[in-house]
Amino acid sequence: MRDQRLWTWHVLAGLVILVFLGLHMTIMHLDIIFGFFNPGDAKPIDWVSVVGRARMGFFTVSYVVLLGAALFHGLYGLRNILFELGPARGVKSALNVVLTVGGVGLFVFGAWAAWTAGVLARSL
Amino acid sequence: MLDNKGHPNRLGVWGWLGGGTWGLERYLYTLHRLTGLGLLLYFLLHIVVTSARAFGPEAWAASMGRVSGGVFVLGEFLVFAAFAFHASNGVRLILVELGFAIGNPIEPIYPYRTSVHEQRPLALGILVLAGLVLAAGGYNFLAHLSH
Amino acid sequence: MTAPVNVTFRIRRYDPASQQPPAWEDVTIPYTHGMTVLDGLRVIKETRSATLAWRSSCRMGVCGSCGMFINGHPRLACNTQITELGTSLVTVAPLPNFDIIRDLVPDLRPMFDAHAALMPHLIRDDVQEMYEPTGEYFQTPHELEQFLQFSYCIKCGCCMAACPTMATDPAYSGPMPLAQSHRYNVDSRDGGFGTRKQVLATEKGPWKCHYAGECSQACPKGVDPARAIQLMKRQLVFDYLRLYKQPCPSKVVPKPTEMKRRADVPEAPAPTL
Repeated sequence: MRDQRLWTWHVLAGLVILVFLGLHMTIMHLDIIFGFFNPGDAKPIDWVSVVGRARMGFFTVSYVVLLGAALFHGLYGLRNILFELGPARGVKSALNVVLTVGGVGLFVFGAWAAWTAGVLARSL
Repeated sequence: MLDNKGHPNRLGVWGWLGGGTWGLERYLYTLHRLTGLGLLLYFLLHIVVTSARAFGPEAWAASMGRVSGGVFVLGEFLVFAAFAFHASNGVRLILVELGFAIGNPIEPIYPYRTSVHEQRPLALGILVLAGLVLAAGGYNFLAHLSH
Repeated sequence: MTAPVNVTFRIRRYDPASQQPPAWEDVTIPYTHGMTVLDGLRVIKETRSATLAWRSSCRMGVCGSCGMFINGHPRLACNTQITELGTSLVTVAPLPNFDIIRDLVPDLRPMFDAHAALMPHLIRDDVQEMYEPTGEYFQTPHELEQFLQFSYCIKCGCCMAACPTMATDPAYSGPMPLAQSHRYNVDSRDGGFGTRKQVLATEKGPWKCHYAGECSQACPKGVDPARAIQLMKRQLVFDYLRLYKQPCPSKVVPKPTEMKRRADVPEAPAPTL
Protein backbone atom coordinates (compact mmCIF):
# COMPACT_ATOMS: atom_id res chain seq x y z
CA MET A 1 0.00 0.00 0.00
CA ARG A 2 2.94 2.26 0.69
CA ASP A 3 3.96 2.76 -2.94
CA GLN A 4 0.38 3.51 -4.01
CA ARG A 5 0.20 6.15 -1.28
CA LEU A 6 3.63 7.65 -1.92
CA TRP A 7 3.18 7.86 -5.69
CA THR A 8 -0.23 9.52 -5.37
CA TRP A 9 1.25 12.15 -3.07
CA HIS A 10 4.22 12.53 -5.45
CA VAL A 11 1.78 13.52 -8.21
CA LEU A 12 -0.28 15.77 -5.94
CA ALA A 13 2.92 17.44 -4.68
CA GLY A 14 3.92 17.97 -8.32
CA LEU A 15 0.71 19.90 -8.92
CA VAL A 16 1.28 22.03 -5.82
CA ILE A 17 4.84 22.73 -6.94
CA LEU A 18 3.63 23.66 -10.41
CA VAL A 19 1.52 26.45 -8.93
CA PHE A 20 3.83 27.75 -6.22
CA LEU A 21 7.17 27.25 -7.96
CA GLY A 22 5.63 28.74 -11.10
CA LEU A 23 4.79 31.83 -9.04
CA HIS A 24 8.23 31.81 -7.38
CA MET A 25 10.05 31.55 -10.71
CA THR A 26 7.87 34.28 -12.23
CA ILE A 27 8.73 36.59 -9.35
CA MET A 28 12.43 35.76 -9.23
CA HIS A 29 13.40 35.12 -12.84
CA LEU A 30 10.79 36.85 -14.99
CA ASP A 31 10.85 40.07 -12.95
CA ILE A 32 11.70 42.36 -15.85
CA ILE A 33 8.83 40.97 -17.91
CA PHE A 34 6.21 40.81 -15.14
CA GLY A 35 7.65 42.80 -12.20
CA PHE A 36 5.52 41.04 -9.55
CA PHE A 37 6.10 41.86 -5.85
CA ASN A 38 9.35 43.76 -6.37
CA PRO A 39 9.02 47.34 -5.15
CA GLY A 40 10.50 50.06 -7.37
CA ASP A 41 13.67 49.19 -9.23
CA ALA A 42 14.79 46.64 -6.64
CA LYS A 43 15.91 43.25 -7.82
CA PRO A 44 13.95 40.25 -6.53
CA ILE A 45 16.82 39.21 -4.29
CA ASP A 46 17.45 42.66 -2.81
CA TRP A 47 16.73 42.83 0.92
CA VAL A 48 13.93 45.36 0.41
CA SER A 49 12.13 42.91 -1.91
CA VAL A 50 12.73 39.99 0.44
CA VAL A 51 11.31 41.95 3.39
CA GLY A 52 8.38 43.16 1.29
CA ARG A 53 7.38 39.59 0.50
CA ALA A 54 8.15 38.27 3.98
CA ARG A 55 5.66 40.78 5.46
CA MET A 56 2.86 39.16 3.48
CA GLY A 57 1.37 36.16 5.23
CA PHE A 58 0.58 34.59 1.86
CA PHE A 59 4.28 34.27 1.06
CA THR A 60 5.16 32.73 4.41
CA VAL A 61 2.45 30.12 3.87
CA SER A 62 3.40 29.57 0.23
CA TYR A 63 7.09 29.11 1.11
CA VAL A 64 6.24 26.48 3.72
CA VAL A 65 3.82 24.66 1.41
CA LEU A 66 6.33 24.79 -1.47
CA LEU A 67 9.13 23.65 0.83
CA GLY A 68 7.16 20.62 2.01
CA ALA A 69 5.82 19.69 -1.42
CA ALA A 70 9.18 20.12 -3.16
CA LEU A 71 11.09 18.20 -0.50
CA PHE A 72 8.65 15.31 -0.69
CA HIS A 73 8.49 15.34 -4.49
CA GLY A 74 12.26 15.62 -4.91
CA LEU A 75 13.28 13.12 -2.25
CA TYR A 76 10.68 10.60 -3.41
CA GLY A 77 12.03 11.01 -6.94
CA LEU A 78 15.57 10.43 -5.66
CA ARG A 79 14.35 7.40 -3.69
CA ASN A 80 12.75 6.02 -6.83
CA ILE A 81 15.98 6.39 -8.80
CA LEU A 82 18.09 4.85 -6.02
CA PHE A 83 15.63 1.97 -5.53
CA GLU A 84 15.68 1.28 -9.27
CA LEU A 85 19.39 0.55 -8.95
CA GLY A 86 18.27 -2.60 -7.17
CA PRO A 87 19.88 -2.20 -3.73
CA ALA A 88 19.54 -4.87 -1.05
CA ARG A 89 16.54 -4.76 1.29
CA GLY A 90 18.66 -3.44 4.16
CA VAL A 91 20.04 -0.61 2.02
CA LYS A 92 16.49 0.30 1.00
CA SER A 93 15.42 0.50 4.64
CA ALA A 94 18.45 2.64 5.48
CA LEU A 95 17.72 4.95 2.52
CA ASN A 96 14.11 5.32 3.69
CA VAL A 97 15.34 6.42 7.12
CA VAL A 98 18.03 8.78 5.78
CA LEU A 99 15.71 10.44 3.26
CA THR A 100 12.86 10.76 5.76
CA VAL A 101 15.04 12.19 8.53
CA GLY A 102 16.89 14.47 6.10
CA GLY A 103 13.65 15.66 4.54
CA VAL A 104 11.92 16.34 7.85
CA GLY A 105 15.05 18.09 9.17
CA LEU A 106 15.29 20.38 6.17
CA PHE A 107 11.56 21.07 6.31
CA VAL A 108 11.72 22.09 9.97
CA PHE A 109 14.77 24.29 9.32
CA GLY A 110 13.29 25.90 6.19
CA ALA A 111 9.88 26.43 7.77
CA TRP A 112 11.53 27.98 10.82
CA ALA A 113 13.51 30.32 8.53
CA ALA A 114 10.37 31.36 6.61
CA TRP A 115 8.46 32.00 9.84
CA THR A 116 11.31 33.86 11.54
CA ALA A 117 11.92 35.99 8.42
CA GLY A 118 8.21 36.91 8.45
CA VAL A 119 8.36 37.95 12.11
CA LEU A 120 11.61 39.85 11.50
CA ALA A 121 10.20 41.65 8.46
CA ARG A 122 7.14 42.82 10.36
CA SER A 123 9.28 44.12 13.22
CA LEU A 124 11.39 46.34 10.91
CA MET B 1 14.22 -28.55 -15.28
CA LEU B 2 16.88 -25.92 -15.35
CA ASP B 3 18.73 -25.72 -12.05
CA ASN B 4 21.70 -23.43 -12.62
CA LYS B 5 21.35 -19.68 -13.00
CA GLY B 6 22.20 -18.21 -16.39
CA HIS B 7 24.71 -15.50 -17.23
CA PRO B 8 23.53 -12.07 -15.95
CA ASN B 9 22.41 -9.86 -18.83
CA ARG B 10 20.70 -6.78 -17.43
CA LEU B 11 21.69 -3.66 -19.37
CA GLY B 12 22.45 -1.74 -16.16
CA VAL B 13 22.31 2.04 -15.88
CA TRP B 14 23.28 2.25 -19.56
CA GLY B 15 19.88 0.69 -20.21
CA TRP B 16 18.22 3.82 -18.76
CA LEU B 17 19.72 5.74 -21.66
CA GLY B 18 20.07 3.24 -24.49
CA GLY B 19 18.38 0.09 -25.64
CA GLY B 20 14.95 -0.12 -27.19
CA THR B 21 14.01 2.11 -30.02
CA TRP B 22 15.27 5.46 -28.80
CA GLY B 23 11.92 7.19 -29.18
CA LEU B 24 11.34 10.84 -28.26
CA GLU B 25 9.75 9.78 -24.97
CA ARG B 26 12.94 7.93 -24.00
CA TYR B 27 14.89 11.19 -24.30
CA LEU B 28 12.22 13.04 -22.34
CA TYR B 29 12.39 10.32 -19.65
CA THR B 30 16.18 10.67 -19.40
CA LEU B 31 16.08 14.46 -19.41
CA HIS B 32 13.29 14.51 -16.81
CA ARG B 33 15.42 12.34 -14.55
CA LEU B 34 18.59 14.43 -15.01
CA THR B 35 16.81 17.76 -14.56
CA GLY B 36 15.02 16.37 -11.51
CA LEU B 37 18.30 15.41 -9.88
CA GLY B 38 19.82 18.80 -10.77
CA LEU B 39 16.83 20.69 -9.39
CA LEU B 40 16.88 18.64 -6.18
CA LEU B 41 20.57 19.32 -5.62
CA TYR B 42 20.02 23.04 -6.21
CA PHE B 43 16.91 23.07 -4.02
CA LEU B 44 18.65 21.49 -1.02
CA LEU B 45 21.41 24.12 -1.23
CA HIS B 46 18.81 26.82 -1.89
CA ILE B 47 17.02 26.04 1.39
CA VAL B 48 20.24 26.55 3.33
CA VAL B 49 21.41 29.64 1.41
CA THR B 50 18.10 31.53 1.49
CA SER B 51 17.42 30.72 5.14
CA ALA B 52 19.98 33.42 5.88
CA ARG B 53 17.12 35.96 5.62
CA ALA B 54 15.98 34.84 9.07
CA PHE B 55 19.20 36.35 10.52
CA GLY B 56 18.74 39.88 9.12
CA PRO B 57 19.98 42.02 6.21
CA GLU B 58 23.73 41.53 6.83
CA ALA B 59 23.48 37.75 6.87
CA TRP B 60 21.29 37.89 3.77
CA ALA B 61 23.77 40.12 1.91
CA ALA B 62 26.67 37.88 2.92
CA SER B 63 24.82 34.77 1.84
CA MET B 64 23.82 36.26 -1.51
CA GLY B 65 27.37 37.57 -1.97
CA ARG B 66 28.72 34.03 -1.72
CA VAL B 67 26.57 32.87 -4.63
CA SER B 68 26.82 35.84 -7.02
CA GLY B 69 28.88 36.38 -10.12
CA GLY B 70 29.76 34.61 -13.37
CA VAL B 71 29.48 30.90 -12.79
CA PHE B 72 26.49 31.28 -10.43
CA VAL B 73 24.56 33.34 -13.01
CA LEU B 74 25.13 30.60 -15.56
CA GLY B 75 24.21 27.96 -12.98
CA GLU B 76 21.04 29.84 -12.10
CA PHE B 77 20.07 29.99 -15.74
CA LEU B 78 20.65 26.26 -16.06
CA VAL B 79 18.41 25.73 -13.06
CA PHE B 80 15.76 27.89 -14.72
CA ALA B 81 16.13 25.86 -17.92
CA ALA B 82 15.81 22.64 -15.93
CA PHE B 83 12.70 24.04 -14.25
CA ALA B 84 11.18 25.04 -17.62
CA PHE B 85 11.63 21.51 -18.96
CA HIS B 86 10.84 19.56 -15.80
CA ALA B 87 7.65 21.54 -15.14
CA SER B 88 6.38 21.35 -18.73
CA ASN B 89 7.20 17.67 -19.05
CA GLY B 90 5.76 17.10 -15.59
CA VAL B 91 2.39 18.39 -16.80
CA ARG B 92 2.54 15.88 -19.65
CA LEU B 93 3.53 13.07 -17.29
CA ILE B 94 0.70 13.82 -14.87
CA LEU B 95 -1.79 13.69 -17.74
CA VAL B 96 -0.26 10.60 -19.33
CA GLU B 97 0.46 8.63 -16.16
CA LEU B 98 -3.08 9.14 -14.95
CA GLY B 99 -4.30 7.62 -18.18
CA PHE B 100 -5.36 10.82 -19.94
CA ALA B 101 -4.06 11.86 -23.37
CA ILE B 102 -3.10 8.29 -24.26
CA GLY B 103 -6.33 7.27 -25.96
CA ASN B 104 -8.60 4.33 -25.26
CA PRO B 105 -7.65 0.69 -25.80
CA ILE B 106 -8.14 -0.20 -29.46
CA GLU B 107 -8.08 -3.29 -31.61
CA PRO B 108 -4.41 -3.63 -32.65
CA ILE B 109 -4.31 -3.48 -36.42
CA TYR B 110 -0.97 -3.33 -38.21
CA PRO B 111 0.73 -0.86 -38.50
CA TYR B 112 0.08 -0.49 -34.79
CA ARG B 113 -0.88 2.87 -33.38
CA THR B 114 0.01 2.96 -29.69
CA SER B 115 -0.55 5.32 -26.76
CA VAL B 116 2.90 6.72 -27.53
CA HIS B 117 1.57 8.05 -30.83
CA GLU B 118 -1.56 9.34 -29.11
CA GLN B 119 0.37 11.51 -26.68
CA ARG B 120 3.08 12.59 -29.16
CA PRO B 121 1.37 15.93 -29.99
CA LEU B 122 1.30 16.66 -26.25
CA ALA B 123 5.00 15.74 -25.99
CA LEU B 124 5.84 18.14 -28.82
CA GLY B 125 3.57 20.75 -27.26
CA ILE B 126 5.39 20.61 -23.93
CA LEU B 127 8.71 21.04 -25.73
CA VAL B 128 7.36 24.21 -27.36
CA LEU B 129 6.02 25.38 -23.99
CA ALA B 130 9.38 24.68 -22.32
CA GLY B 131 11.08 26.58 -25.16
CA LEU B 132 8.82 29.60 -24.68
CA VAL B 133 9.39 29.68 -20.89
CA LEU B 134 13.12 29.30 -21.49
CA ALA B 135 13.12 32.12 -24.06
CA ALA B 136 11.32 34.43 -21.61
CA GLY B 137 13.77 33.49 -18.86
CA GLY B 138 16.72 33.96 -21.22
CA TYR B 139 15.53 37.44 -22.15
CA ASN B 140 15.15 38.27 -18.45
CA PHE B 141 18.65 37.00 -17.60
CA LEU B 142 20.24 38.91 -20.49
CA ALA B 143 18.35 42.06 -19.52
CA HIS B 144 19.79 41.77 -15.99
CA LEU B 145 23.29 41.23 -17.32
CA SER B 146 23.09 44.29 -19.55
CA HIS B 147 22.00 46.56 -16.63
CA MET C 1 16.87 -1.42 -49.01
CA THR C 2 17.91 -3.52 -52.02
CA ALA C 3 18.46 -7.14 -51.11
CA PRO C 4 22.11 -7.91 -50.21
CA VAL C 5 24.07 -10.77 -51.76
CA ASN C 6 25.46 -11.94 -48.44
CA VAL C 7 24.38 -11.28 -44.87
CA THR C 8 26.75 -11.25 -41.93
CA PHE C 9 25.21 -12.41 -38.66
CA ARG C 10 27.06 -11.13 -35.60
CA ILE C 11 25.76 -13.51 -32.96
CA ARG C 12 26.20 -13.34 -29.19
CA ARG C 13 27.38 -16.82 -28.21
CA TYR C 14 27.46 -18.21 -24.70
CA ASP C 15 28.17 -21.73 -23.55
CA PRO C 16 27.52 -22.24 -19.82
CA ALA C 17 29.87 -25.25 -19.78
CA SER C 18 32.85 -23.26 -21.09
CA GLN C 19 33.08 -20.87 -18.09
CA GLN C 20 33.75 -18.10 -20.66
CA PRO C 21 31.69 -14.88 -20.79
CA PRO C 22 29.43 -14.31 -23.83
CA ALA C 23 31.31 -13.32 -27.01
CA TRP C 24 30.42 -12.19 -30.53
CA GLU C 25 30.83 -14.54 -33.47
CA ASP C 26 30.52 -13.45 -37.10
CA VAL C 27 29.01 -15.77 -39.69
CA THR C 28 28.38 -14.76 -43.32
CA ILE C 29 25.74 -16.58 -45.32
CA PRO C 30 24.16 -15.98 -48.73
CA TYR C 31 20.92 -14.00 -48.67
CA THR C 32 17.85 -15.67 -50.11
CA HIS C 33 14.67 -13.91 -51.12
CA GLY C 34 12.35 -13.21 -48.18
CA MET C 35 14.89 -14.30 -45.57
CA THR C 36 13.94 -13.48 -41.98
CA VAL C 37 16.43 -13.36 -39.12
CA LEU C 38 15.07 -16.71 -37.95
CA ASP C 39 15.58 -18.19 -41.45
CA GLY C 40 19.17 -16.97 -41.33
CA LEU C 41 19.76 -18.60 -37.94
CA ARG C 42 18.39 -21.88 -39.27
CA VAL C 43 20.76 -21.71 -42.25
CA ILE C 44 23.65 -21.06 -39.88
CA LYS C 45 22.68 -23.98 -37.63
CA GLU C 46 22.29 -26.32 -40.61
CA THR C 47 25.45 -25.32 -42.50
CA ARG C 48 27.92 -23.54 -40.20
CA SER C 49 27.42 -23.96 -36.50
CA ALA C 50 25.35 -26.89 -35.29
CA THR C 51 25.77 -25.88 -31.63
CA LEU C 52 23.94 -22.55 -32.05
CA ALA C 53 20.95 -22.50 -29.67
CA TRP C 54 17.79 -20.39 -29.68
CA ARG C 55 14.11 -20.82 -28.96
CA SER C 56 11.51 -20.72 -31.71
CA SER C 57 8.40 -22.56 -32.74
CA CYS C 58 5.61 -21.22 -34.92
CA ARG C 59 7.63 -19.02 -37.37
CA MET C 60 4.65 -16.67 -37.77
CA GLY C 61 4.74 -14.27 -34.85
CA VAL C 62 2.17 -16.12 -32.77
CA CYS C 63 3.99 -18.26 -30.21
CA GLY C 64 6.31 -15.59 -28.78
CA SER C 65 9.33 -17.88 -28.51
CA CYS C 66 11.89 -16.13 -30.72
CA GLY C 67 12.20 -12.72 -29.06
CA MET C 68 15.80 -11.54 -29.62
CA PHE C 69 17.82 -8.33 -29.50
CA ILE C 70 18.27 -7.67 -33.21
CA ASN C 71 20.36 -4.65 -34.25
CA GLY C 72 19.75 -3.10 -30.84
CA HIS C 73 15.97 -3.58 -30.83
CA PRO C 74 13.93 -6.30 -29.13
CA ARG C 75 12.09 -8.07 -31.96
CA LEU C 76 10.69 -11.44 -32.97
CA ALA C 77 13.29 -13.12 -35.19
CA CYS C 78 10.57 -14.74 -37.29
CA ASN C 79 8.85 -11.42 -37.84
CA THR C 80 11.96 -9.49 -38.90
CA GLN C 81 12.93 -9.40 -42.56
CA ILE C 82 16.66 -8.91 -43.21
CA THR C 83 15.81 -6.19 -45.75
CA GLU C 84 13.83 -4.14 -43.22
CA LEU C 85 16.95 -3.78 -41.07
CA GLY C 86 18.55 -1.64 -43.79
CA THR C 87 21.98 -3.24 -43.43
CA SER C 88 23.68 -6.51 -44.34
CA LEU C 89 25.16 -6.74 -40.83
CA VAL C 90 22.66 -8.35 -38.47
CA THR C 91 23.60 -8.37 -34.79
CA VAL C 92 21.65 -10.94 -32.84
CA ALA C 93 21.86 -11.15 -29.05
CA PRO C 94 19.62 -12.74 -26.43
CA LEU C 95 16.91 -10.46 -25.01
CA PRO C 96 18.58 -8.24 -22.42
CA ASN C 97 17.31 -7.93 -18.82
CA PHE C 98 17.02 -11.73 -18.63
CA ASP C 99 19.84 -14.08 -17.68
CA ILE C 100 21.30 -16.00 -20.61
CA ILE C 101 20.80 -19.76 -20.48
CA ARG C 102 22.78 -20.42 -23.65
CA ASP C 103 23.54 -18.44 -26.84
CA LEU C 104 20.25 -16.72 -27.77
CA VAL C 105 18.11 -18.40 -25.11
CA PRO C 106 17.03 -16.04 -22.30
CA ASP C 107 15.77 -17.29 -18.96
CA LEU C 108 12.19 -16.00 -18.97
CA ARG C 109 11.25 -17.57 -15.65
CA PRO C 110 11.40 -14.33 -13.60
CA MET C 111 8.92 -12.80 -16.06
CA PHE C 112 6.52 -15.71 -15.72
CA ASP C 113 6.92 -15.70 -11.94
CA ALA C 114 6.04 -11.98 -11.87
CA HIS C 115 3.16 -12.70 -14.24
CA ALA C 116 1.73 -15.39 -11.97
CA ALA C 117 2.20 -13.22 -8.87
CA LEU C 118 -0.13 -10.59 -10.34
CA MET C 119 -2.98 -13.09 -10.69
CA PRO C 120 -3.73 -12.87 -14.42
CA HIS C 121 -6.98 -14.82 -14.31
CA LEU C 122 -10.63 -14.19 -13.50
CA ILE C 123 -11.22 -13.85 -9.77
CA ARG C 124 -14.85 -14.23 -8.73
CA ASP C 125 -16.84 -15.32 -5.72
CA ASP C 126 -18.90 -17.89 -7.63
CA VAL C 127 -16.16 -20.52 -7.89
CA GLN C 128 -18.69 -23.29 -8.47
CA GLU C 129 -20.05 -21.45 -11.52
CA MET C 130 -16.52 -20.99 -12.93
CA TYR C 131 -15.78 -24.72 -12.84
CA GLU C 132 -19.23 -26.00 -13.74
CA PRO C 133 -20.86 -23.21 -15.71
CA THR C 134 -24.64 -23.08 -15.90
CA GLY C 135 -24.60 -20.12 -18.27
CA GLU C 136 -22.41 -17.36 -19.66
CA TYR C 137 -20.97 -14.24 -18.09
CA PHE C 138 -22.65 -11.33 -19.82
CA GLN C 139 -20.33 -8.82 -21.48
CA THR C 140 -21.08 -5.97 -23.87
CA PRO C 141 -18.84 -5.15 -26.88
CA HIS C 142 -17.81 -1.92 -25.12
CA GLU C 143 -16.73 -3.87 -22.03
CA LEU C 144 -14.76 -6.22 -24.26
CA GLU C 145 -12.91 -3.28 -25.85
CA GLN C 146 -11.54 -2.24 -22.45
CA PHE C 147 -9.18 -5.23 -22.38
CA LEU C 148 -9.21 -6.83 -25.82
CA GLN C 149 -6.04 -5.05 -26.98
CA PHE C 150 -4.10 -6.26 -23.94
CA SER C 151 -5.23 -9.86 -24.42
CA TYR C 152 -3.23 -10.15 -27.66
CA CYS C 153 -0.01 -10.48 -25.61
CA ILE C 154 2.13 -13.50 -26.59
CA LYS C 155 4.54 -13.21 -23.63
CA CYS C 156 7.62 -12.93 -25.86
CA GLY C 157 9.45 -10.64 -23.40
CA CYS C 158 10.31 -7.91 -25.96
CA CYS C 159 8.69 -5.24 -23.75
CA MET C 160 10.74 -6.42 -20.76
CA ALA C 161 13.94 -6.08 -22.80
CA ALA C 162 13.01 -2.55 -23.93
CA CYS C 163 11.98 -1.26 -20.49
CA PRO C 164 14.60 1.04 -18.90
CA THR C 165 13.50 0.17 -15.37
CA MET C 166 13.96 -3.54 -16.05
CA ALA C 167 17.56 -2.72 -17.01
CA THR C 168 18.47 -2.35 -13.34
CA ASP C 169 15.58 -3.30 -11.07
CA PRO C 170 14.74 -6.95 -10.43
CA ALA C 171 12.00 -5.94 -7.96
CA TYR C 172 9.89 -4.32 -10.70
CA SER C 173 7.28 -6.64 -12.20
CA GLY C 174 7.76 -5.26 -15.71
CA PRO C 175 5.45 -4.24 -18.55
CA MET C 176 4.09 -7.65 -19.54
CA PRO C 177 2.92 -8.84 -16.09
CA LEU C 178 1.46 -5.43 -15.24
CA ALA C 179 -0.38 -5.12 -18.54
CA GLN C 180 -1.78 -8.61 -18.12
CA SER C 181 -2.85 -7.82 -14.57
CA HIS C 182 -4.67 -4.74 -15.87
CA ARG C 183 -6.25 -6.85 -18.59
CA TYR C 184 -8.10 -8.73 -15.85
CA ASN C 185 -8.69 -5.71 -13.62
CA VAL C 186 -10.80 -4.13 -16.35
CA ASP C 187 -12.53 -7.30 -17.44
CA SER C 188 -16.20 -6.81 -16.58
CA ARG C 189 -16.44 -10.48 -15.61
CA ASP C 190 -13.72 -10.06 -12.99
CA GLY C 191 -14.05 -9.06 -9.36
CA GLY C 192 -10.41 -9.35 -8.31
CA PHE C 193 -9.20 -5.74 -8.28
CA GLY C 194 -9.11 -5.70 -4.49
CA THR C 195 -7.11 -8.94 -4.38
CA ARG C 196 -4.59 -7.85 -7.04
CA LYS C 197 -4.28 -4.46 -5.39
CA GLN C 198 -2.57 -6.15 -2.44
CA VAL C 199 0.40 -6.71 -4.79
CA LEU C 200 -0.04 -3.78 -7.19
CA ALA C 201 0.00 -1.19 -4.40
CA THR C 202 3.51 -2.32 -3.39
CA GLU C 203 6.80 -1.87 -5.23
CA LYS C 204 5.75 -4.75 -7.50
CA GLY C 205 3.18 -2.39 -8.95
CA PRO C 206 3.28 0.14 -11.79
CA TRP C 207 5.01 2.91 -9.81
CA LYS C 208 8.41 2.57 -11.45
CA CYS C 209 7.00 3.05 -14.92
CA HIS C 210 7.93 6.58 -16.05
CA TYR C 211 6.48 6.33 -19.51
CA ALA C 212 9.62 6.05 -21.61
CA GLY C 213 7.17 4.40 -24.02
CA GLU C 214 9.62 1.76 -25.19
CA CYS C 215 7.55 -1.30 -24.31
CA SER C 216 4.73 -0.16 -26.55
CA GLN C 217 7.11 0.66 -29.39
CA ALA C 218 8.81 -2.73 -29.04
CA CYS C 219 5.66 -4.87 -28.77
CA PRO C 220 5.38 -6.99 -31.94
CA LYS C 221 1.63 -7.46 -31.41
CA GLY C 222 0.51 -3.88 -30.77
CA VAL C 223 -0.54 -4.72 -27.23
CA ASP C 224 0.59 -1.35 -25.88
CA PRO C 225 1.63 -2.31 -22.31
CA ALA C 226 2.43 1.35 -21.51
CA ARG C 227 -1.22 2.26 -22.05
CA ALA C 228 -2.36 -0.56 -19.77
CA ILE C 229 0.09 0.50 -17.05
CA GLN C 230 -0.99 4.16 -17.13
CA LEU C 231 -4.66 3.15 -17.00
CA MET C 232 -3.79 0.88 -14.09
CA LYS C 233 -2.12 3.79 -12.28
CA ARG C 234 -5.26 5.87 -12.75
CA GLN C 235 -7.34 3.09 -11.20
CA LEU C 236 -4.96 2.71 -8.26
CA VAL C 237 -4.58 6.46 -7.63
CA PHE C 238 -8.32 7.00 -7.83
CA ASP C 239 -8.73 4.01 -5.53
CA TYR C 240 -6.39 5.62 -2.98
CA LEU C 241 -8.34 8.87 -3.25
CA ARG C 242 -11.60 6.89 -2.74
CA LEU C 243 -12.77 7.94 -6.20
CA TYR C 244 -12.80 4.47 -7.74
CA LYS C 245 -15.35 1.78 -7.07
CA GLN C 246 -14.99 -1.49 -8.87
CA PRO C 247 -18.24 -2.43 -10.57
CA CYS C 248 -19.79 -5.77 -9.61
CA PRO C 249 -18.59 -8.60 -11.84
CA SER C 250 -21.05 -9.39 -14.60
CA LYS C 251 -23.96 -11.68 -13.88
CA VAL C 252 -24.42 -15.18 -15.19
CA VAL C 253 -26.86 -15.32 -18.08
CA PRO C 254 -28.54 -18.74 -18.23
CA LYS C 255 -28.10 -20.73 -21.40
CA PRO C 256 -31.03 -20.17 -23.74
CA THR C 257 -33.40 -23.12 -23.85
CA GLU C 258 -35.99 -22.03 -26.40
CA MET C 259 -33.52 -21.20 -29.20
CA LYS C 260 -33.63 -23.03 -32.52
CA ARG C 261 -30.58 -23.56 -34.68
CA ARG C 262 -30.64 -21.61 -37.94
CA ALA C 263 -30.95 -23.86 -40.93
CA ASP C 264 -27.74 -22.58 -42.53
CA VAL C 265 -25.60 -23.16 -39.43
CA PRO C 266 -24.37 -26.77 -39.25
CA GLU C 267 -24.18 -28.78 -36.04
CA ALA C 268 -20.86 -28.66 -34.22
CA PRO C 269 -18.70 -31.73 -34.89
CA ALA C 270 -18.60 -34.40 -32.19
CA PRO C 271 -15.92 -33.88 -29.51
CA THR C 272 -12.66 -35.65 -30.36
CA LEU C 273 -11.52 -36.07 -26.78
